[in-house]
Amino acid sequence: MSALQTVKFYQTGTFTVGNRLLAPEERSVQANMQRTNSLNSGHRACQGCGEALGARYAIDAAMNATNRQLIAANATGCLEVFSTPYPETSWQIPWIHSLFGNTAAVATGIAAAIKIKKQKGQGQDVRVVAQGGDGGTTDIGFGCLSGMFERNDDVLYICYDNGGYMNTGVQRSSATPSAARTATTMPLGPEPGNPFGQGKFVPAIAMAHEIPYVATATVADLRDLENKVTKAMGIRGARYIHILVPCPLGWGTASHDTIRMARLAKETGVFPVFEAEYGEVKSALAIRRPLPVEEYLRPQKRFAHLFGKTPAVATIARIQAQADKNIRRYGLLAKEVA
Amino acid sequence: MTTATLETPIQAKPAKQKVMLVEGNEAAALGVALARPDMVAVYPITPQSSLVEHVAKLIADGKMDADIVDAEGEHSVLSVLQGGALAGARTYTATCGPGLAFMFEPYFRTSGMRLPIVMSIVTRDGITPQSVWGGHQDAMTVREVGWVQVYCETVQEVLDTTIMAFKIAEHHDVMLPVNICLDGNYLSYGTSRVELPNQEDVDAFMGAKDVNWHVALDPLRPMAVDPLTGGSGGKGPSTFVRYRKGQCKGMQNSLRVIEEIHEEWAQRFGRRFAPLVEEYRLDGADYAIMTLGSMTGAAKDAIDEARDAGRKVGLIKIKTFSPFPIDALLKSFAKIQALGVVDRSVGFRWNCGPMYQETMGVLYRLGRHIPSMSFIGGLAGADITVGHFHRVIEATEKLLSNPAPIEPVWLNEKD
Ligand SMILES: Cc1ncc(C[n+]2csc(CCOP(=O)(O)OP(=O)(O)O)c2C)c(N)n1
Ligand code: SF4
Ligand SMILES: [Mg+2]
Repeated sequence: MSALQTVKFYQTGTFTVGNRLLAPEERSVQANMQRTNSLNSGHRACQGCGEALGARYAIDAAMNATNRQLIAANATGCLEVFSTPYPETSWQIPWIHSLFGNTAAVATGIAAAIKIKKQKGQGQDVRVVAQGGDGGTTDIGFGCLSGMFERNDDVLYICYDNGGYMNTGVQRSSATPSAARTATTMPLGPEPGNPFGQGKFVPAIAMAHEIPYVATATVADLRDLENKVTKAMGIRGARYIHILVPCPLGWGTASHDTIRMARLAKETGVFPVFEAEYGEVKSALAIRRPLPVEEYLRPQKRFAHLFGKTPAVATIARIQAQADKNIRRYGLLAKEVA
Repeated sequence: MTTATLETPIQAKPAKQKVMLVEGNEAAALGVALARPDMVAVYPITPQSSLVEHVAKLIADGKMDADIVDAEGEHSVLSVLQGGALAGARTYTATCGPGLAFMFEPYFRTSGMRLPIVMSIVTRDGITPQSVWGGHQDAMTVREVGWVQVYCETVQEVLDTTIMAFKIAEHHDVMLPVNICLDGNYLSYGTSRVELPNQEDVDAFMGAKDVNWHVALDPLRPMAVDPLTGGSGGKGPSTFVRYRKGQCKGMQNSLRVIEEIHEEWAQRFGRRFAPLVEEYRLDGADYAIMTLGSMTGAAKDAIDEARDAGRKVGLIKIKTFSPFPIDALLKSFAKIQALGVVDRSVGFRWNCGPMYQETMGVLYRLGRHIPSMSFIGGLAGADITVGHFHRVIEATEKLLSNPAPIEPVWLNEKD
């Protein structure tokens, strides 16, 4: 390549990173030779951790979009623990481990201080990102997230959804999918696995707050993720991005299958990938090769009890119905909107 | 420096100050405005509500150049302020009772991060039986979490102490959050004449703002704040120990700093308050009663009457409760033979008032036995009257000749 190359690239084979052969200005953030490496190597995530991958792409894009004038507040969870075992840190930006349930509020405070100090001529414009797992977002931190949305505070909140409390040993969260096995929803008794609904879908709740920007993404479409983060950083006010990040440990999948699992979640309609502005869906990533949910469920050990001697036909049908509903609601089979 | 300095002459001639008639909650708000915080976060709760209403009004009127975050609960209130303080803002809030309980997790975190956040506790009894009335149970419950806690006696003291609190918190030898405790009902709504310091004088008193020199969220000084420490190996445990020791040192330093700042206040503004412990008519007393907060007014009246009637009784009032002013108390206890301690909350574990429980530790250090006993009064807004204090005085006097009762005396039980 060129003499300017400052980082080595190892990624191959996704839909997204193969743009290294493009002109520098057209490359993705990660393929750019000035890549910021917001979350540097050496951290302690498991092999194939979707959360680590998602966070690096998201925060790199945010750093890039803000000329590195970026601060992150991070909820307790895997991302926090694996990235900052004292006295080390992988983060290349000012970063705080807030608490488990207050990340949105801490970010609000940082943004408010920056705003008032700027007004008083005492500081520069710095942007703020809050990030947490699905537990920190959909459960314990949900109240303060809703407050941040309602006040339209100038914060981008990113949720890394791996469908459970992974850091404490894979317990159920309100984003755990129906029927999934976790340490607190064992595949036992008349309703094996998570007996509840289909998980609390916070993107829809965020939309109900009429905030300027809501988007979902997966680590299978990293360029799409980067674009959404870049777009979000161009907007003022409360913004929310919800990223599906497979967790090999919690899902019982092979480390090398993380991207494939994320892609299957999208291609089956289990996880809709879309963008919304002020409460209205503006675009959705079309499903390229529609697949039955079984394709997504079968490789995951957390759903193994659905495929035993007597397959749980009714449960699989229920999950299929949920995916079909997503496909209808977000127009996932239609051509991309606008 | 305890009471002796209350009589020390004030050299400076302070500028004429505006005189106003305000309730304690408004006095606190006026003090906050004069201290020029950059950010406040608020959530209403009785009997604090009018305080944050006053603050919100001062900001809306343009009389206070601060950002206000109307949070959705107290857990967020303190979390918002943590983010703000780390980004370099001077920050303030107020709460009490259930609000304080709800914010306990970030409350613990605030002192751990050494953030000089100032928070009024408009003290409230609680939480069940349900009560919206005053009492020290809320502030007492969190006394072991590393915040500096001072209790006020009068509305003027609330105003002045609120300003001083910012300077104490931000002192480089302290760097700890500070609670100004003002009694719910009695001080929050008690209306009284106050003198309002001039803004220029307060600015000169406060000096330059420097709240996040030690830990910051700032792209110019990137750092990872509060990563995971501890564990049984590596650098974790020893770092943790050194950190905790530093917190304890900051607490101990605050005793000196509180004295210095109260003295500076007296010289600049002409009003002197006992910084740690106040002695009232203790010289020549054989025994004393001990008080905290607004109850002290009635107690002083009772002491005056008892003295006039020939009883050799004096009073010891604590202003700085956390850290506990051990040395100042030892000096006062050296003068007496018996002690009655009046609490406005209960200590469930020792079956006595929490201030009494703490005091017993100090009495042990005295190296000489002083009989003492615990009184509990003023719970859930009950009044501790001059009459109640006469009972306290009589019972304490009996300790000079009779054995001390083990059980506390519940002052309002038969009101
Ligand atoms: C108030 C509080 N309750 C519980 C915990 C324990 N805890 C720490 S991380 C965690 C789960 C995190 O789950 P999630 O937010 O989904 O993040 P993940 O680890 O899955 O990335 C829990 C329950 C805590 N730290 N604080
Ligand atoms: S448990 Fe899951 S989320 Fe946590 S580090 Fe491992 S792969 Fe990542
Ligand atoms: Mg999770």
